[in-house]
Amino acid sequence: MENLESILKQHPFFEGLLDKHIEFIVGCASNARFKTGEFLFREGQEANHFYLIREGTVNLEIYSPQKGAITIQTLDEGEIVGWSWIISPYQWRFDARSVDMTRLIALDGKCLRDKCNEDPELGFELLKRFSPIIEQRLVATKIQLLDLYGKDD
Amino acid sequence: MAHQVRLTLDALQSLIDELQSREYIVIGPKIENRKVVYDEIAKIDDLPAGWSDEQEAATYRLHKTGSPALFDITHSMNAWIHHLYPSKATLLKASRENSGFTVERMKEAPPKYALFGIRPCDLEAMKKYDRILLKDTFHDEIYKNRREKTFIISANCTRPSGTCFCASMDSGPKATSGYDLALTEIIRDGDHYFIADIGSESAQELINKIPQAEASADDIAYANSLIEKAREQMGRTLNTGNLKEILYKNYENTHWDTVGDRCLTCGNCTLVCPTCFCTTIQDYTDLTGSNVERIRQWDSCYNNEFSYIHGGSVRTSSYARYRHWLMHKLATYHDQFDTSGCVGCGRCITWCPAAIDITEEASAIRQHSITV
Amino acid sequence: MEKTIETNRKTNGQYDPLITHPYTVKRVINETHDTFTLHLGPTNGRNTIFPFTAGQFNMLYMYGIGEIPISISGDPSKPEQLVHTTRAVGTVTKAMRGLKKGHSIGVRGPYGNGWPLDNLEGKDVVFIAGGIGLAPLRSAMYQVLANRDSYGKVVLLYGTRTPIDILFRKELERWKSRFDLDVYVTVDRAIGTWRGYVGVVTILVSRAPYDPRNTVALVCGPEVMMRFSIMELKKRGVKSEHIYLSMERNMKCGVGHCGHCQLGPTFVCKDGPVYRYDEIDYLLDIREV
Repeated sequence: MENLESILKQHPFFEGLLDKHIEFIVGCASNARFKTGEFLFREGQEANHFYLIREGTVNLEIYSPQKGAITIQTLDEGEIVGWSWIISPYQWRFDARSVDMTRLIALDGKCLRDKCNEDPELGFELLKRFSPIIEQRLVATKIQLLDLYGKDD
Repeated sequence: MAHQVRLTLDALQSLIDELQSREYIVIGPKIENRKVVYDEIAKIDDLPAGWSDEQEAATYRLHKTGSPALFDITHSMNAWIHHLYPSKATLLKASRENSGFTVERMKEAPPKYALFGIRPCDLEAMKKYDRILLKDTFHDEIYKNRREKTFIISANCTRPSGTCFCASMDSGPKATSGYDLALTEIIRDGDHYFIADIGSESAQELINKIPQAEASADDIAYANSLIEKAREQMGRTLNTGNLKEILYKNYENTHWDTVGDRCLTCGNCTLVCPTCFCTTIQDYTDLTGSNVERIRQWDSCYNNEFSYIHGGSVRTSSYARYRHWLMHKLATYHDQFDTSGCVGCGRCITWCPAAIDITEEASAIRQHSITV
Repeated sequence: MEKTIETNRKTNGQYDPLITHPYTVKRVINETHDTFTLHLGPTNGRNTIFPFTAGQFNMLYMYGIGEIPISISGDPSKPEQLVHTTRAVGTVTKAMRGLKKGHSIGVRGPYGNGWPLDNLEGKDVVFIAGGIGLAPLRSAMYQVLANRDSYGKVVLLYGTRTPIDILFRKELERWKSRFDLDVYVTVDRAIGTWRGYVGVVTILVSRAPYDPRNTVALVCGPEVMMRFSIMELKKRGVKSEHIYLSMERNMKCGVGHCGHCQLGPTFVCKDGPVYRYDEIDYLLDIREV
């Protein structure tokens, strides 16, 4: 099995972090695996993790009683799943479901949260890394809302 | 060549007679509905002798002068374009046949025009038309055939109107090339005559048929002095220095909103402008559906549908349409055709019902230029 | 039947660019509920085939209804199959949708420039298509795949509205199964049993496998989608001069005479529809230009 530390260090998301911070993050990391259709987390649950996808695909879904599960975004290998752990009130906003057999690195958000409060430098570094992801998804959502390819006559 | 002769008023009539005998349709300035238009004339008497025009922003008036001068009026409301690039032309006819259709390409027998008294600004505009419709990858058949047959008798300007600024645009008041004959009207010491500069061999051949005398050095100098005086009396000026670059930097200038609020998007400026060339192509089907005519007609970038693409028009606001037009005249035309899209005739100023003045607008943008 | 290929069409004095020529519909393919592909051939008696470049367009004419520009979606190496894909949204395209094999349609063209596929030796080529924008890019895909060895990675990123709006489905599936091609299809809204990607195509731009320092990107789709895709390309480090996009403006004549399609100092019908991004980037941010 690959060393978690080297995987995290090589991932662009963690690039440039101080060794001591990487070390701490590695301490919060563990391997995770979800089978096809399994939920990584459910809307409303306490958000205590985030994930780095090593293999496989994860769908973010909203469930509607009439329409069933509506996929709003697909996340793929190399991407980060979940930021609710770092934003109060630390509750998942969507369901995240494994589309196929998915291997991920799970990071303990609760442990990181506490550490971030103690060490604002790490907190800032992590927020700096999450905010572009949040921004990108926000932009993507806005474009989605435009219904660009729709008929408009 | 550069050979100049002196012609009397009667000689001009002989010139017209000669042109008509060669089956030219002579087009010249004449008064119609209290304005000077450019249309067919039969004889010298059709010209607006003794009339002068007063042009200002949104103002056009004719008044009598008592002078025998033919060219105290400045340019006509419309330019020569009607004649060489008709406002409406049938390009093809199609008819239903069995399960399909056939197409017949329209070929016109091009009319043979002699453009009499065409002003230097309009002559410059013709050079721009030549560039657009003759010298690109594709040429326009109708324009080409009509243009090739055209005989041009230009009239240098000795009196600019209040909206003229050809001197700023380097397109007047003297015709420098592109004519067969260029006339300068002189009324001096009770004498009324014309100095004609011969610009082509066919013009020389024509001149040989009519009464004429060699122009004296004094006449030529006097004619030039009249033109030079006109150059100094331009009703408007436009500072063209670096203007293209300034305009490109000022697409987002808030001044466009100010002029956009005044602009009625009526398109008058595009209809009188001698460098505007936009057209649209429309198919007209008869009621039975068996015959179709494809007609090309003049269009204006001020029409909302002009920029329509599926889902809506690109330029819906009046500011955007005015900006597009002015940018085209003074900036983008340069990049498209290596020449300005404005000849300084001032028609757009005269005929704008809101008195919008291209020289004022361009200078306002320059003055309030966004610094980049 | 012997066929003549009209070369040097542009300088041929006999060719009047405004005259439409009757062609016969050889085949109609319904791609989706509102999009269809027409295969056209010259009508007997005018047996002329003209070469075209991927990315060019023709003016198609429905007798008695009107004429519109439609890009060519077929294979440039097979000019005898004149292929157009379009969506029934306006009066003319809705009428076109009723065309059947053997019917007549008017064709004139081709007009405009094409995708710059020469001199891309060894480069990664990323196609970014939104909605019907896949049609003109398909021609370029054919050409690239015909010379597959000349390029580095070839990636197709295609975003559309919902799974039922996916064009050229069979072809996409065939391409997807190739080992020398990365094809990603994403939908804005998932419906039914869709198991593929959900999200806008711009997200794919940020994560698809290509080397941004050695990539040429060809982008076609709605203007907003192109702007945001280009933003992602630039974020990844693709140089502006390696990004090409296909623009849309009103086109009436096709030869730069009617003035309708002006985009800043350019005419989309003859200077475009394909532009190098850095040549028009300043215009993309200006409203109503």
